[in-house]
Amino acid sequence: MSIRESVNNSYSHWMSSAGPETDVVVTSRVRAARNLNNLPFPHLLPESGVRQVFHLVGLVLEGEDFLHRSGGFEFVEMGELTPVDRQILVEKHLISPDLLENYQKKAVVLSGDEIISVMVNEEDHLRLQVLLPGLQLKEGWDAVTGIDDSFEKTLEYAYDEKLGYLTACPTNVGTGLRASVMLHLPGLALVNRIRDVLGLVSKLGLTVRGLYGEGTDASGNLFQISNQVTLGQAEEDIIAALVSVVGQIVASERAAREALLRERRDHLEDRVGRAFGLLGHSRIMSSEEAVKLLSDLRLGAAMGIIDLPLGLITELMVLIRPAFLANKAGRELSPLARDTLRAGLIREALGKKRIGEK
Amino acid sequence: MNCHRCQEKTAVVQFTEIINNKKRVLHLCEQCAREVQAESFGLIPQMNLHSLLAGIFFNQMAGPFSSAVPGGEMCPSCGLSEARFAKSGLLGCGVCYRHFGDRLDQVFRRIHGTTKHNGKVPERTGGRVKLSKRIDRLKVNLREAISREEFEEAAGLRDQIRELEKDLAGEGD
Repeated sequence: MSIRESVNNSYSHWMSSAGPETDVVVTSRVRAARNLNNLPFPHLLPESGVRQVFHLVGLVLEGEDFLHRSGGFEFVEMGELTPVDRQILVEKHLISPDLLENYQKKAVVLSGDEIISVMVNEEDHLRLQVLLPGLQLKEGWDAVTGIDDSFEKTLEYAYDEKLGYLTACPTNVGTGLRASVMLHLPGLALVNRIRDVLGLVSKLGLTVRGLYGEGTDASGNLFQISNQVTLGQAEEDIIAALVSVVGQIVASERAAREALLRERRDHLEDRVGRAFGLLGHSRIMSSEEAVKLLSDLRLGAAMGIIDLPLGLITELMVLIRPAFLANKAGRELSPLARDTLRAGLIREALGKKRIGEK
Repeated sequence: MNCHRCQEKTAVVQFTEIINNKKRVLHLCEQCAREVQAESFGLIPQMNLHSLLAGIFFNQMAGPFSSAVPGGEMCPSCGLSEARFAKSGLLGCGVCYRHFGDRLDQVFRRIHGTTKHNGKVPERTGGRVKLSKRIDRLKVNLREAISREEFEEAAGLRDQIRELEKDLAGEGD
């Protein structure tokens, strides 16, 4: 898939329900921060340095490690994309919102299957990122370290024997590793246990956030959990610790769902049914309402209350975002036009599926 | 009591604001309270991760080692000043880490609880580190072999270590 196709297609590999534990774990993301030796970090990088980084990344992609990879890699400067295109890449979680600021200095390398993305001149010269469906942090790290090795054949990194990989922000120094999972926790939310569970997590040196990155409220019961410490532990240990905590959260979310099914089955089925009814028949729907209802629907699908593919629901969560709708319509939309288009797209998507209640 | 702001709905929230030591108490309805809060939060200088980190860095400067240079010391390579680091919380280049080294250690300790990397070593840049880590491992094996009285194996290990140490010395030139 080229970047142009990427922008026009709401589906991405990470939305697949083929990964492990996708009933609770939506995605796994592993990211490594790397900087080039002898160049100032991006926030101090002059225009000539920006060009130099772009040029070096171009050289890497011409290397044999990349030329023969199936699906291929595409390099695009952020300045070559329209504002809507850039926003879509954020909504698909392929790049971070940071890449939208001072975008003339930034670029992205995207693999054809959208699993690997390399952000260029974000906070660091390189942010190597792998995004996979379900709980696949170990697989994610294996992929990142492979890409990292390929880059290092051509590039010389800023590395210190004592401190490890040097990064612009001291919070990333050492491994430069940020591993995170996106969890869907509607069961824990319904039994009012979310605060307890996530409170515990933050005591274990992990960070919890809402869906769209730093500083946003959790919406649709989606939470992102990531490691905080990057120095002093080996990458494998950081990943293993996160996997173990996530495993326990998955177990408590499933326990909450089972308890709900046992004790409040009617309420639960009612909730899922109502979400399906509203999503399937509304004519005007705000983003906030859609996210909330899709969360209920995802819960229903994961529990077998309703027969819908999880991947479709995850895709809808992206499809209903403002930039996607603007791209679909081919122009900027008024809020009402957006809400109408959103309702229409959801109706269409759900209408295609045969719904058999179990 | 009616809301002080919209004068319509019932006040349910007491909103206290202290600006320049002047205290003001407003009784507000729920909606106005939300709006007022959103407005006043906008005025507070942004407290973010980066400024917090810079705070840790600068706290140590208050001591006898504080710099006499206005704006603080500068990195000889990228020109990042301490003042600029305080503002952005970001270092400027790889050399900054060496230049501000000792004082950054406290920042690392606060964030990570340690000051030593224990993870991946890059193939090219870290060739020497890789080599010395390998030598360390072989030395452990050597001690174990000797304690097991497997002298033939120990001799082999000793030769390997000598070979690698020669490589290490050679690369250092």
